[in-house]
Amino acid sequence: MISTQLSLPGLKMKNPIMPASGCFGFGKEFSEFYDLSLLGAIIIKAATGKTRYGNPTPRVAETSSGMLNAIGLQNPGVDRIIQEELPFLSEFDTPVIANVAGSTVEEYVEVAEKLSRVTHVQALELNISCPNVKEGGVQFGTDPELAAEVTGQVKKVSKLPVYVKLSPNVTDIVAMAKAVEKAGADGLSMINTLTGMRLDLNSKQPIIANQTGGLSGPAIKPIAIRMIYQVYQEVDIPIIGMGGIETTDDVIEYLLAGASAVAIGSANFKNPFICKEIIEELPAAIERYGFTTIQDTIGGAHR
Amino acid sequence: MMIREDMEILSHELVAEKTYQMTLKGDMPSYVKQPGQFVHIMIDPSDSLRRPISIADVDLTSGTLTILYKVLGKGTASMAGKPVGEYLDVLGPGGNGFPIEEVSASRALLVGGGIGVPPLYYLGKQLKEKGIEVTTVLGFQHAGAVFFEDEFRELGEVFVATNDGSYGNKGFVTDILPSLEGKFDTYFSCGPAVMLKAVSKTLGNYDGYLSIEERLGCGVGACFACVVPAPDGDAKGYRKICRDGPVFRTGEVIL
Ligand SMILES: Cc1cc2nc3c(=O)[nH]c(=O)nc-3n(C[C@H](O)[C@H](O)[C@H](O)COP(=O)(O)OP(=O)(O)OC[C@H]3O[C@@H](n4cnc5c(N)ncnc54)[C@H](O)[C@@H]3O)c2cc1C
Ligand SMILES: Cc1cc2nc3c(=O)[nH]c(=O)nc-3n(C[C@H](O)[C@H](O)[C@H](O)COP(=O)(O)O)c2cc1C
Ligand code: FES
Repeated sequence: MISTQLSLPGLKMKNPIMPASGCFGFGKEFSEFYDLSLLGAIIIKAATGKTRYGNPTPRVAETSSGMLNAIGLQNPGVDRIIQEELPFLSEFDTPVIANVAGSTVEEYVEVAEKLSRVTHVQALELNISCPNVKEGGVQFGTDPELAAEVTGQVKKVSKLPVYVKLSPNVTDIVAMAKAVEKAGADGLSMINTLTGMRLDLNSKQPIIANQTGGLSGPAIKPIAIRMIYQVYQEVDIPIIGMGGIETTDDVIEYLLAGASAVAIGSANFKNPFICKEIIEELPAAIERYGFTTIQDTIGGAHR
Repeated sequence: MMIREDMEILSHELVAEKTYQMTLKGDMPSYVKQPGQFVHIMIDPSDSLRRPISIADVDLTSGTLTILYKVLGKGTASMAGKPVGEYLDVLGPGGNGFPIEEVSASRALLVGGGIGVPPLYYLGKQLKEKGIEVTTVLGFQHAGAVFFEDEFRELGEVFVATNDGSYGNKGFVTDILPSLEGKFDTYFSCGPAVMLKAVSKTLGNYDGYLSIEERLGCGVGACFACVVPAPDGDAKGYRKICRDGPVFRTGEVIL
């Protein structure tokens, strides 16, 4: 059988499959469905400097081939995440990637510094792309200079590799990718959600209390594939791909476009076993498309 | 513990206006720990989210559970078209229900509104089995929407209110509550948010448990879609409806 093992900065992975940030909590709930040690890695819910309650409800709505969410980065704050949530994940033989968010450069730096001291956290994912908070977040993700600034400052304090999670809500994704690469990013995560809205025809108002939400699911996959395809040609750092993955064929498509590994988000809500099932089916799928290793598959569309 | 399984539709019928009763067969029933828990149903593979529906009854001998649902939108409309013999992808049982083990009631009042009525039926059955006297107040929009009145009557006295007075008392469930003063010591309620607010206000002097609804994402406690604020001073400041609830003791969350 084809080995799916791979190494990325900071991460020795059994396979390229991991749950995406915000769709898997801190792992506890899904550990009741299967052994989390099967996963290539785990990306945990965003951490901010202080406790955040997030947005009013409703926070989610179904859309054609996707969903909107406006959770608003609800989390107990970095200190409590380290004390209360992370110890549980040390029981598993799976690298943890901590998702870092903030409203100011200082907050990103504080959170990153604290998380990079936790022994079983092996990499940071810098969330400069959350569309659902009023300040910070997405501004850092749409302005190449701000993105480079926050990446550079975090790199200074973090002993861990830093993956910068890019927002698709920009006109020039390559410029963003190059800016953070130059600022020292070790890898990229692509993509976060696209800002969207759905109206309730009876109340004639937005369904999501925050009015806008982030669109995820199969609807955004072609956008993610296009962006990864473009960015792969222009940068030298590895890409973790995400957006609408539901099948092994989706995973192959991401690898071909240039992703070295992938994250699965919303699909966990439809099928809590999705990561496990895809991990089991992946070797056969790689073989089916004529590849002998996972490394050959990565960037296969560019040869 | 939650499982995911394909459950066979054993029966499926219209019981009131836009309201269907369905029995599903599988292993799920043996995992149900409390009345008030829900199942999270993937109605069509092309949907992006599951739909939460309360467990209305459980029969361990036949391995079935009963649900009742109202057609409101795309998901429930599609569910209404599912024939007997087909299988539904069900995740569950979810959440924490009514904690009947710890309730010290000797006389219980059930207050249900519209499609919030179903979970109270399985609750009422269990309370009665424990020797607790059960009185039920049900509220519906109008006569055509009334269901399960006879089923509740087997458990005890039943009062029905309709908004337009086309059946039972005219008005809201809260109009009936004052006449029941002294007939119960604990109440259990499920229904629309406005009704729960009114009921908990009217019955402020009693111990009570409320089952709350919100649009869910994951349904398992991982995505923070379904939170309700909890009173200040609480360490967390919120509860997850899908995991900590959907049933809460009055005062545990802010309605
Ligand atoms: C714990 C829990 C238990 C529930 N138990 C039952 C039950 O036993 N029987 C039943 O009929 N319904 C129940 N509901 C509500 C049910 O989940 C929704 O009515 C259903 O998801 C609507 O799906 P839809 O695709 O038909 O509607 P959509 O097209 O999604 O929406 C149509 C309308 O339905 C309403 N709606 C949508 N989602 C919800 C929701 N989560 N809660 C309340 N209203 C909603 C909104 O008013 C919306 O405008 C429960 C909800 C929760 C959270
Ligand atoms: C409910 C929900 C919560 C999310 N929370 C976060 C988050 O905290 N941090 C983050 O970087 N991305 C978050 N995301 C974005 C996902 O990690 C992912 O980038 C996006 O959903 C696309 O993948 P998908 O189509 O597989 O869901 C969230 C997505 C959803 C649906
Ligand atoms: S619906 Fe995801 S946490 Fe409750």
